[in-house]
Amino acid sequence: MNALDQYIDLYEANAATVSAHSAGALNAARADALELLKRVGRLPHKGEEGYEKTSVDDMFAPDYGVNIGRVDIPVDLAAVFHCGVPTASTWLGAVANDKFVPTESLLRNIPEGVTVMSLAAAAAEMPDVVEKYYGRIASEERGGTPLALNTLLAQDGVFIHVCRGVKAAKPMQIVNLLSSPVPLMAVRRVLVVAEEDSDISILFCDHSRCEIKCLASQVIEIYAGKGAHVNVCDMEESSSGTSRFSQLFAEQHDGSELKINGLTLLNGITRNEYYIVQKGSRAVTTLDGMAIGNGEQHIDNFSELSHSGDHGRSNQLFKYVLDGSSSGAFAGTITVESGARFNEAYQSNRNILASREARMHTKPQLLIFNDDVKCSHGATTGQLDQNALFYMRQRGIPLAEARMMLMQAFMMDIIDNVGIDGLSERLRHLVERRFRGEEMMCADCNAKHGV
Amino acid sequence: MDNEIIDKVAGEGDDYKYGFVTDIDTDIIPVGLSEDVVRLISAKKHEPEWLLEFRLKAFRYWQTLEMPHWAHLSIPEIDFQAISYYAAPRTRDKAKTADEVDPELLETFEKLGIPLAERNQLAGMAVDAVMDSVSVKTTHREKLASMGVIFCSISEAVKDYPDLVKKYLGSVVSYRDNFFAALNSAVFSDGSFVYIPKGVRCPMELSTYFRINAMGTGQFERTLIVADDDAYVSYLEGCTAPMRDENQLHAAIVEIVAEDRAEVKYSTVQNWYAGDREGRGGVYNFVTKRGLCRGVCSKLSWTQVETGSAITWKYPSCVLAGDGSVGEFYSVAVTRNRQQADTGTKMIHVGSDTRSTIVSKGISAGYSENSYRGLVKVAPNATGCRNYTQCDSLLLGSHCGAHTFPYIDVMNDTAIVEHEATTSKISEEQLFYCNQRGIPTEEAVGLIVNGYAKEVMNKLPMEFAVEAQRLLSVTLEGSVG
Repeated sequence: MNALDQYIDLYEANAATVSAHSAGALNAARADALELLKRVGRLPHKGEEGYEKTSVDDMFAPDYGVNIGRVDIPVDLAAVFHCGVPTASTWLGAVANDKFVPTESLLRNIPEGVTVMSLAAAAAEMPDVVEKYYGRIASEERGGTPLALNTLLAQDGVFIHVCRGVKAAKPMQIVNLLSSPVPLMAVRRVLVVAEEDSDISILFCDHSRCEIKCLASQVIEIYAGKGAHVNVCDMEESSSGTSRFSQLFAEQHDGSELKINGLTLLNGITRNEYYIVQKGSRAVTTLDGMAIGNGEQHIDNFSELSHSGDHGRSNQLFKYVLDGSSSGAFAGTITVESGARFNEAYQSNRNILASREARMHTKPQLLIFNDDVKCSHGATTGQLDQNALFYMRQRGIPLAEARMMLMQAFMMDIIDNVGIDGLSERLRHLVERRFRGEEMMCADCNAKHGV
Repeated sequence: MDNEIIDKVAGEGDDYKYGFVTDIDTDIIPVGLSEDVVRLISAKKHEPEWLLEFRLKAFRYWQTLEMPHWAHLSIPEIDFQAISYYAAPRTRDKAKTADEVDPELLETFEKLGIPLAERNQLAGMAVDAVMDSVSVKTTHREKLASMGVIFCSISEAVKDYPDLVKKYLGSVVSYRDNFFAALNSAVFSDGSFVYIPKGVRCPMELSTYFRINAMGTGQFERTLIVADDDAYVSYLEGCTAPMRDENQLHAAIVEIVAEDRAEVKYSTVQNWYAGDREGRGGVYNFVTKRGLCRGVCSKLSWTQVETGSAITWKYPSCVLAGDGSVGEFYSVAVTRNRQQADTGTKMIHVGSDTRSTIVSKGISAGYSENSYRGLVKVAPNATGCRNYTQCDSLLLGSHCGAHTFPYIDVMNDTAIVEHEATTSKISEEQLFYCNQRGIPTEEAVGLIVNGYAKEVMNKLPMEFAVEAQRLLSVTLEGSVG
């Protein structure tokens, strides 16, 4: 059966309830989304262009419950407070399934000029601002039916707004918790608006405490105004039963700098899509990704980075270490539009297959419609350097330890480049534990995740 | 500062010197495609029953297919019923000596620089000349036959060596492979057949020259090369067509089989008519080329210089099935004016310890679109495989596009696969350096482009390298050399 049908049916039967628990711009966008879903009629299947190794249809196929009635599902928020990256000082907020839960300290300490609140509440309280951006950065043309499905069912999420010229002193940390006694699909929506010359860092931590199957459908929209600096780190540390479908859309204007890190430490099935458009000139984009897979994990990163202004720069680096029977996929496209001059765009994808059953699929692409460019991409898939392993064993380091050290070293350039104070150090520790196959306990969080 | 000169250099070129038409009496069947046409082609060529069956099977399968649209090309609708699928210069039987060849034809090939009279030739090359749907003349056959090498048109091979043809035809490119492979399998007219027996090193370069002459026709040739154990052959292919306002379809299949320790080198200089500056006319070059390295330690090397065709859509591939086999692909693809190219290669590593190298150089100018599309696949049981891919694009002018679509699929942890690609325009520093030393910009562009393509040019056999280098110069630079 077509996975999409159940969600369309669900929506049509409960349209009023969906809207009643949401507001303004979120509700206004549903009609168009429904029309698109009905017209196309299906989610992407495995093997289609851009979805070579991941079937979105299969991800959405299980009969997930969607909490459209906004029933309070008990979530152990205590875990949230433990999750803080100890060495990093952040403003902490949480999203329980898809409901925004601010912490006391966040409400008390948030500085003037920075707004962090529930998206639904924002849509009701400041409709002008939300309407101006919501659904405008994410385009149907790129996001397709998965985006439309999120738009159709999204009722809440996070709204972050940074006023012109405001530089947030501390990073914002949003902990996404998935927890439910029944199979659940959380539909999250995040809108980040960084006005002219503002500066903000945001750390998203995805945790799943589900023993049963859960799916997180997430759409993040980022607006980076002229000269704005936005740094987003999106870290996933969930469980083997968790599927995650995430789309990040960003729009950059003159002189803005956007840095995105997608870190998949532990997961079930993950598909991350990044759509970034440099609309203004002299924009700078850094997009890094890291994935560690073992068991039956599947990690698929997809990026589309488009340069349409002059003098833009972009740098992409994705690294995978795949062990066990895990599979990875990476597809990245750099587009330099006609008339966009003096752009420099680089992309690199490096992968290590650490076991016989691990699989990697790579598709780096360049679409260049202008001659004044410097663009390159590189991709490698291989294994650990045998000479280095031999060298280390010669010096008495056991094989497993040597392998672990090399894998960790392999990930170092991503870890060192996250750009949030204290997080690199923490990540180094987490990655080491991850490679050691020790029980994962993100920071001090009480939740245990079987590897 | 030099943009105008680069635009001028890239946009203009000399006239296509192979654009003439030979006025020769041609036997051409009415346009249209049906089972009857397939039967008619088969009957005209006096083919055995099994081959007719093969064609009909392919035709029936083709009818179930739709024209694919995944390539980064904008292809106008092709009316497959508006093409004549068989056109042959009306001569007596196939010429045995150059004197028997119709003087008009002889002159045509002389004009194209392909001497069919053996005394006129450099001793180093044997030629099979194909005009429209039939092979006109194959030179040096006796000398080759003395070593056991079979080099003839595929129609003759069907008659003279049916077992060999039956064994290998369709074994690498099945008629179910793709839309154009199915079409070709149904209506293929002529092409070359090469068989190198065990342990023989072919003493000369073998070459096929394809020429489309008749109007309203397509060319659907089929080439089959088999190198038996320990054999070696170097094969060259060249093509041209007259200048016409209409688009002509060329959908060929090349199949290569390399047995144990055999080596095949296949070089192409493709110079079909590319259409005029506004993109009117030109040949659609939709070709399926694939080689199967079946034997252990066999080697297949593709080298191509693509300068012609309105639209090019081809991926010469290697299936590396034998353990330790080697696949190579070297390509220079030049597009200018309104030309479009979507070309690259596939390296399928099935055997263990197989190695492949891909070097692709794209040059786009004017309003053209040039794409590299490639696949490197390592099968689960193929251990110790190695691939290195490098694809660079050079852009001349601000209206053209250069794109790269590599697909890399690794299913074995012992494989090492590398891919690198760069896109840029001619560097100002290099131009400045040349200018400083008194080299005018036009000439400097020529120098830089030739230097850029050198890595691939070096892989061409000598006879071709000179021709290819000259072609590259005239294609891009008009009078600059």
